[in-house]
Amino acid sequence: MKALAFDAIATAVQARFPAVLVQKADNGQMALRVPKASIVDVAHFLRTDAQLAFDGLSDLTAFDTLKYPSTPPQDDICVVYVLFSYTHRHKVLLKVHAERAACDVPTVSGEWPAALYFEREVWDLFGVRFVGHPSLRRIMTPDDWEGHPLRKDYLYPATYNGVAHLRDGQHFEAAPPRSGGPL
Amino acid sequence: MNPSDRPGNRDDEQIVLSSVDEFLAWGKEHSLFYLLFATACCGIELMQAGGPRYDVDRLGMIPRATPRQADLMIVAGTITHKMASRVRTLWEQMTEPRWVVSMGSCANSGGPFSKWSYSVLNGIDKYVPVDVYIPGCPPRPEALIDGVMALRDRVRRYRTLGERDTTPHVVAGHDAPFGGHCKVPDFGKPPEGKA
Amino acid sequence: MTLDASTPNGERMTLNMGPHHPATHGVLRIVVESDGEVVATCTPDHGYLHRSIEKIGECVEWPMFVPYTDRVDYVCAMNANLAYCVAAEKLLQTDPAATFTVPRRAECIRVLVAELNRISSHLVAVGAMAMDVGAYTPFLHGIAQREGVNDIFEKLCGQRLTYNYVTIGGVAFDLYDGAIDDIRRFLDQFEREMVRFNKLVTTNTIFRDRCAGVATVSAKEAVAWGLVGPNLRGSGVDFDVRRDEPYCVYGELGVQVPVGQAFAGRKGQVGDAYDRYVVRLLEIQESIRLCREVLKLLPPSAEKPNDPIGGIQADVGKLLKKPGKGEIHVRTEAPRGEMGYFLVSDGTKSLFRVRCRTGSFTAAGIFHHVMRGIFLADVVAVIGSFDVVVPEIDR
Repeated sequence: MKALAFDAIATAVQARFPAVLVQKADNGQMALRVPKASIVDVAHFLRTDAQLAFDGLSDLTAFDTLKYPSTPPQDDICVVYVLFSYTHRHKVLLKVHAERAACDVPTVSGEWPAALYFEREVWDLFGVRFVGHPSLRRIMTPDDWEGHPLRKDYLYPATYNGVAHLRDGQHFEAAPPRSGGPL
Repeated sequence: MNPSDRPGNRDDEQIVLSSVDEFLAWGKEHSLFYLLFATACCGIELMQAGGPRYDVDRLGMIPRATPRQADLMIVAGTITHKMASRVRTLWEQMTEPRWVVSMGSCANSGGPFSKWSYSVLNGIDKYVPVDVYIPGCPPRPEALIDGVMALRDRVRRYRTLGERDTTPHVVAGHDAPFGGHCKVPDFGKPPEGKA
Repeated sequence: MTLDASTPNGERMTLNMGPHHPATHGVLRIVVESDGEVVATCTPDHGYLHRSIEKIGECVEWPMFVPYTDRVDYVCAMNANLAYCVAAEKLLQTDPAATFTVPRRAECIRVLVAELNRISSHLVAVGAMAMDVGAYTPFLHGIAQREGVNDIFEKLCGQRLTYNYVTIGGVAFDLYDGAIDDIRRFLDQFEREMVRFNKLVTTNTIFRDRCAGVATVSAKEAVAWGLVGPNLRGSGVDFDVRRDEPYCVYGELGVQVPVGQAFAGRKGQVGDAYDRYVVRLLEIQESIRLCREVLKLLPPSAEKPNDPIGGIQADVGKLLKKPGKGEIHVRTEAPRGEMGYFLVSDGTKSLFRVRCRTGSFTAAGIFHHVMRGIFLADVVAVIGSFDVVVPEIDR
């Protein structure tokens, strides 16, 4: 058991995959930015390499970078993988950026089966299509739900199933934007 | 003394006159079987109410797993859009006369989720008629029992062929016993002219 | 009944459990296709309690999200509060302008309430599991003991279930007069009660045989499928965030981590339903010890509270009005396993992204894998042994 620091992990990955970049968040949180096409290869390397041995997928999530105050402004969906090695007890964050319009990322469920559920959730809430996922269905919202709610440009529905979302006469100041109607 | 002469055993004391309706209502009032149905946080308080300390069994309230045997549906917890039609189905499976208690702010009006949530139904009364509303997030078991007492009052007045009382009853808010040790700051009086 | 020519007998029965079912711990729906008595496929269906808590986190200000974390997991609301607040503090501390440290008394009280709530959460878990396999009485024992914790918390913060007690930078109220005596008294009587509980359920031959060897998850599988918390430790993986990535004062307490080791004896295997159950009971014992230990560490309260309503607070007000930009991933140990928060701040009063990773979500993800080939009657026992709480899955 030998826990590696982020720099050592980054060096090991970059030696094999030169296209992988080190990305530093505004507060110094380090992550590896992986090109979309090579995420499965990188994931396989991270999991099987004896020095790294990332056997656990701790979290898989995403966030919409629209409206995030960065220079230059970004407009894509950033998928975040939090990997943890129970063998060596070290952690690393991977990031994959997918364009908003053609939002598809290869699935890593072949490496960690835990990704099966995480990816369904990200598909449901962000609309990231994970190519190769065996059953990419909505998980949280009903099957006939429109849109992907956690995107920043999402409009709240005014009605669902013929039932108004708000109570009669209910009105909120500065409520989230809703589609279809004055609500 | 002849046993038949003892007080309470005489012939004229053993006869109760009542209409069938009233008698049935009396029976229903004391055996409100409720549907074992809980969605969210209020469900835990519902379980605690059924537990040894609050023990709603003593009020004749026994949980039933199937809606066909239940008189009362306690909607305990948040109802989402996805769940709402299922609640309606459950309600339709219950036999008449059936009663609905909306327990907690989420079931009443959406509660803390009413403004920002996209998926929560703002009030179960859009799907099923509600007899008693109990505020609280979640309500204490005492508040639930208070709501059930209000409902029993209504069940007692129910007549099979009569008009059913459909005005919803709202249980008054309860002042939770608040620590006692902490000092609530004095915010002063609200400014004049503003509600 | 649907007919399927591909199976040997030619027929399979589709059984729909939930979303209203007394043994699915809330509104969980599971569609089971069975071949006779044996489960052929199992498809969980979630989202009946999806309350969009992560979206709400993007709409409200930082401290306003704390009450919503109560609702992420109401069975252990203190741990859910703590998970978010620890993550938010770590994110604030990455700002070079941040100089605050959480007062030590507040850190100790946090550990104290988190462990008490772990006890009450595990009581629901083991009680409900016993109820799922057909014994109603243990559940009532669990609920009755839970009231003891509820009473302490109610005196402490005025709520029985959703506490909103841990705040960013401290705790909302100091301990009330006599709290330590109350807690000691509760722990003493609870320890005696646990002996009775173990006699009633844990060593009960029927219960043990019922759970032994059911739905075994090997250590390798548990890691790959992302199981966390008691489910992971039940499979024999020795990992606990409290010990391995300590937060608050856990580093000084020397947390002992129980792991599964085929407790059911000859009939059992490492990682079966009985192991997961026993690991929870051992964690209750450990929590009792931790509560007593942390009471020894508890420093006296300050002469003058630095908060208008008597809380113990670090000075984070100015930072919360204008936090720095950045992101962080922090995890803490809740009763249902690691609760990881991935927070992104864009420098405004409300967070840009709140991600809450919970233990029940991945536990539900393994259902369709472990339920293949088990008996139909064991389905509820498996759900009970993983201790899923639906709002944690759906959020």
